[in-house]
Amino acid sequence: MIEIIDAERCTSCDICVNVCPTNVFDKTDGIPVIARQGDCQTCFLCELYCPEDALYVSPFADETQPVDVLALKRTDAMGSYRRAVGWTDDTRDRRGVDRSYLLFGH
Amino acid sequence: MPSQSHRAERVSTALAGSVEFDADVLVLGGGPAGTWAAVSAAERGARVVLADKGFCGTSGATAAAGTGVWYVDPEPALRDAAMANREKLGGYLQDRRWMARVLDGTYQQSNRLADWGYPYPVDDRGRSQRNSLQGPEYMRLMRKRAKQAGVTILDHSPALELLVDDGGAVAGASGLRRQKHDRWTVRASAVVIATGGCAFLSKTLGSNVLTGDGYLMAAEVGAEFSSMEFSNPYAISPAFGSVTKTLFYGWATFSYEDGSVVPGAASKGGRSAIARALLQGPVYARLDKADDDVQRHMRASQPNFFLPFDRTGIDPFRDRFPVTLRLEGTVRGTGGLRIIDDSCATSVPGLYAAGDAATRELICGGFTGGGSHNAAWAMSSGTWAGQGAADYARQLGATAGRKLSSAGTVAVRNRSRRAFEPAVLARAVQDEVVPYELNYFREASRLHGALARLDAAWLDVSEADAAGKADVLRAREAAAMLATARWMYRSALARQETRGMHRRDDFPDQDDRQRHYITAGGLDEVWTSARPHADAAYAEAAE
Repeated sequence: MIEIIDAERCTSCDICVNVCPTNVFDKTDGIPVIARQGDCQTCFLCELYCPEDALYVSPFADETQPVDVLALKRTDAMGSYRRAVGWTDDTRDRRGVDRSYLLFGH
Repeated sequence: MPSQSHRAERVSTALAGSVEFDADVLVLGGGPAGTWAAVSAAERGARVVLADKGFCGTSGATAAAGTGVWYVDPEPALRDAAMANREKLGGYLQDRRWMARVLDGTYQQSNRLADWGYPYPVDDRGRSQRNSLQGPEYMRLMRKRAKQAGVTILDHSPALELLVDDGGAVAGASGLRRQKHDRWTVRASAVVIATGGCAFLSKTLGSNVLTGDGYLMAAEVGAEFSSMEFSNPYAISPAFGSVTKTLFYGWATFSYEDGSVVPGAASKGGRSAIARALLQGPVYARLDKADDDVQRHMRASQPNFFLPFDRTGIDPFRDRFPVTLRLEGTVRGTGGLRIIDDSCATSVPGLYAAGDAATRELICGGFTGGGSHNAAWAMSSGTWAGQGAADYARQLGATAGRKLSSAGTVAVRNRSRRAFEPAVLARAVQDEVVPYELNYFREASRLHGALARLDAAWLDVSEADAAGKADVLRAREAAAMLATARWMYRSALARQETRGMHRRDDFPDQDDRQRHYITAGGLDEVWTSARPHADAAYAEAAE
């Protein structure tokens, strides 16, 4: 489930509020808030769309987890999904590396 | 960009607290099927509104995942092999004519995706490979194309009920704008239901928006369903996580807590052994059959598969981790709204169905082993439904002055008893459809027991008062899950054999006399009947 909107990185662009398919976030006068965490379906798409790597979705789908933001930043976990699918400027070439065709038919 | 006249018009005389649009075609749902429907209707000159419960581009089972696509080069031998390949698995309920159409449609639409800039990978021999799509990339592109085609997109705008004219034809819908805290109404000549299937809030990846809402709305105007007994696939995921990618578990060894191997357990052809083992206790997996090359291809192809592992310090190729099976319902099942012709019309005038909201029996029969057929179906049926709806709208002509009424029932009409609690109802439905001993392994007395409880629940909610503003979406979702469960189990009782994914402990064999489809429908009274398979119908006509 979504656990973190990092106040240090968030620029209040509200993209996460718009793109979350289950409407988990609310806009505020400042940075968005996680208003309905229980509605999160752990799809990681808010993280993927966040241009600032300010979000962290814990992989635990059914329960909340304590999260150490400093450790996440140290290990570059925030934004790791975006880089893996090539949605950052310096990872663009990864958008076309799908090798599923080599795995089908197994 | 299209001219302004091809855009849906916002009506300036709307009541306070609501927005209204006049359109030719209203598409409900913004996943693959919905966006293809919207684009193809707009390309035929229709004014189109697309309303999505979440955000068109991230909503639904495809956006969060990666999916294979049933894309086969147009060489007769290859096409024949592709069609024959899964006929046995699907219980011989497919229809070759439809399979051929879908292969053609999928080939055409995939090539359009390439023209639009989808970054298909290129193999070692320089060939573009088009049998897989990355969900986020694909759906981001489809949103863009829909906007470029002139489609008006309403995000975070779940539909609550359909509108009908005096003759019973579907004429639009109304719903909520969750982030604007108001309501929307779209008057349209035709409506495409592309709201996906129903996965019963099981948290299978990306599927919690898929609660069967479109089924309920369609049933309220009298639409019929088909193959709803094929609604019990379960996907493998880490026990703690949401990422279901059953393909990769083809390289797994499954074991009990003590480390011994679960006999017969496999991702393909051995999932029931996993379900049986899970009834006894925890089951573990390790992807120890993947060599270095396969591991590398997996990481490149499906980065999100590794998020649950990387973020918990598990190496899935070396470490054992607990797994579970998450119900996918009719998202990967093959049942859904019955379509009556090549334009994906339903049995109700003005109402079309596409993608997982529609039955996939015509190309899958009673079984889907992967997403590839569903993805092919979404782009093909979406295109046909959009075109069909646009043509219907044009033939209908001017609709000004039609008197429309709202067709919703449960949770949107005033009744004598207290409004029901949505979360309690959703939980009650899950208790009947999630357990393997009820749904994975079916048997008459257990199905009757579940149906008695579900029917009683329906009687309760049908007498309950309209839900309050804060509850109405969840109330409609829970009611849709309840209705879906009843069509599923009534159909499951009617099919007294084992075929496709439908397994009956009391009828373990396939019965040649039951090579037919089960139609279902109704809300207060759920009914089923048998329809002949196309081959049988042709044979009879020839006699």
